[in-house]
Amino acid sequence: MRAVGKRFSNGVTALERVDLTLREGDFLSLLGPSGCGKSTALRIVAGLSSPTTGLLDWRGPPLARTDIGFVFQEPTLMPWANVFDNVWLPLRLKGVSRKDATPAVSEMLERVHLTGFEDAVPRELSGGMKMRVSIARGLVTKPRVLLMDEPFAALDEITRFTLNADLLELWQDEQFTVIFVTHSVFESVFLSNRIVVMAARPGRVFGEVAVDAPYPRDEAFRTSPEYAALCRKTSDVLAGAMTAPALTKAGAFDGVH
Amino acid sequence: MASIDDSAPVPLDAEEMRRLRTAKLERIGKWAFPIAIMCAAIVAWDRIVVWNAIPHYILPRPQDVLQALIDDRVLLFSSLMTTLRITGLSLLLAVVGGVGLAVLFAQSKWVEMSFFPFAIVLQVTPIVAIFPLINIYVDNQMTKLLLCAWIVAFFPILSNTTLGLNSVDRNLRDLFRLNGATRWQELRYLRLPAAMPYFLGGLKIAGGLALIGAVVAEFVAGSAGQSSGLASRIIEAGYRLRTARLFAALILISLTGIVIFLVLSWISHMVLRRWHESAMKQER
Repeated sequence: MRAVGKRFSNGVTALERVDLTLREGDFLSLLGPSGCGKSTALRIVAGLSSPTTGLLDWRGPPLARTDIGFVFQEPTLMPWANVFDNVWLPLRLKGVSRKDATPAVSEMLERVHLTGFEDAVPRELSGGMKMRVSIARGLVTKPRVLLMDEPFAALDEITRFTLNADLLELWQDEQFTVIFVTHSVFESVFLSNRIVVMAARPGRVFGEVAVDAPYPRDEAFRTSPEYAALCRKTSDVLAGAMTAPALTKAGAFDGVH
Repeated sequence: MASIDDSAPVPLDAEEMRRLRTAKLERIGKWAFPIAIMCAAIVAWDRIVVWNAIPHYILPRPQDVLQALIDDRVLLFSSLMTTLRITGLSLLLAVVGGVGLAVLFAQSKWVEMSFFPFAIVLQVTPIVAIFPLINIYVDNQMTKLLLCAWIVAFFPILSNTTLGLNSVDRNLRDLFRLNGATRWQELRYLRLPAAMPYFLGGLKIAGGLALIGAVVAEFVAGSAGQSSGLASRIIEAGYRLRTARLFAALILISLTGIVIFLVLSWISHMVLRRWHESAMKQER
């Protein structure tokens, strides 16, 4: 499965001629400053918005609706529904009954360590647990591509680290492809095998860093010299992206966040 | 941080003690004060009547009102039932109509923009002014009253539910789209549950308005005859200077309003208690 040559410029040029190739089994991070169009790119891949120019080109077996899982920045759970019903939702919308969905939902909840919380409603859960529910919901249809839009940005560091490790474990076991939008250098290096660095105004691909450290990666990897070197390399590319000349005519300042 | 390694239970400081005392006082005072004031008002009412020797047909003593409540209980009770029936039925129709229209409005911005002004016109025109028209077009007395109460009660439900149906988390909507949800699925699983708190808020207002609508309608229609709700008891008692009975009917209407409000608040609390902030007790 390959997504080749997406080119689009959207509205006020949120994205300009973005070429992105995704290979099956990739854990690809989109890294860049705010306003570089990472999220827009993700929404286009998801089919939530359409490109103004250019196209999505899927090679390999055609993608069905359920082949894409999406995890938002916030947990985005239905507050009135319990954990089980929230995870069941994507299957329910496909017409799978509660009974038929139970094995898949239970398995997913077990994978994200939430067995026993089926009947809890979101407000009774911590931020990290809500995000786990959200990930379980994204994966319950066994999608081939999981799109994640800064999913851990609002969590504290300890929770984030745990979820990073859990996500990697899931990814290795289930063999899906991930596009992970983030603005954290350290997170992207820890998780991905490829980092695409984007620049803002207009959003465009600035460079790519290959993270060739082997999986599985554990907490020890976070303190290894290899990790530090990769972070340095990625930071340099990102710094280049931040200072890259803006292609806009309007606006005296380039928002650097 | 400095650590306190004194294992003995720490006595409460003055501030905490004060807070405890205030909380206790508030718990009792919440009930005691309103009741005390109410009793004082009734005693004052009684004293004013006695000291000024006011005749009972101008202002009856509280015990006269109580007596009227007991003596006329059959008459008043059947009138109460009539008023309750109209209130309940019109509230039910207001729920059906309000929610139905709101769902219709939610289907398209254009429908909402085109038809909402009609709802507003109905709402802002005083029902007393519309009634003569209803009187011309509708024959059945019961239908007249129902229509009146409905016009007054349906608007808060309509406007609140419309607001609720339109205030769905954008990301959740994207999620539904992403999973190929049909319009009906989106309504059933996302928009209706999301609108629930708004709807229940509207329902609480509509409950009181339905009662007001039922009473006002009967007042306006009263001269036409055969109605038998609490409003006509009031008119009749007024004509015949049975002031105590008038008061008794008035008290029944107030009590009905209070009960309707409490019941609807309770329903709202039971429905929302698991997930909505409004139904939460202060925690943490």
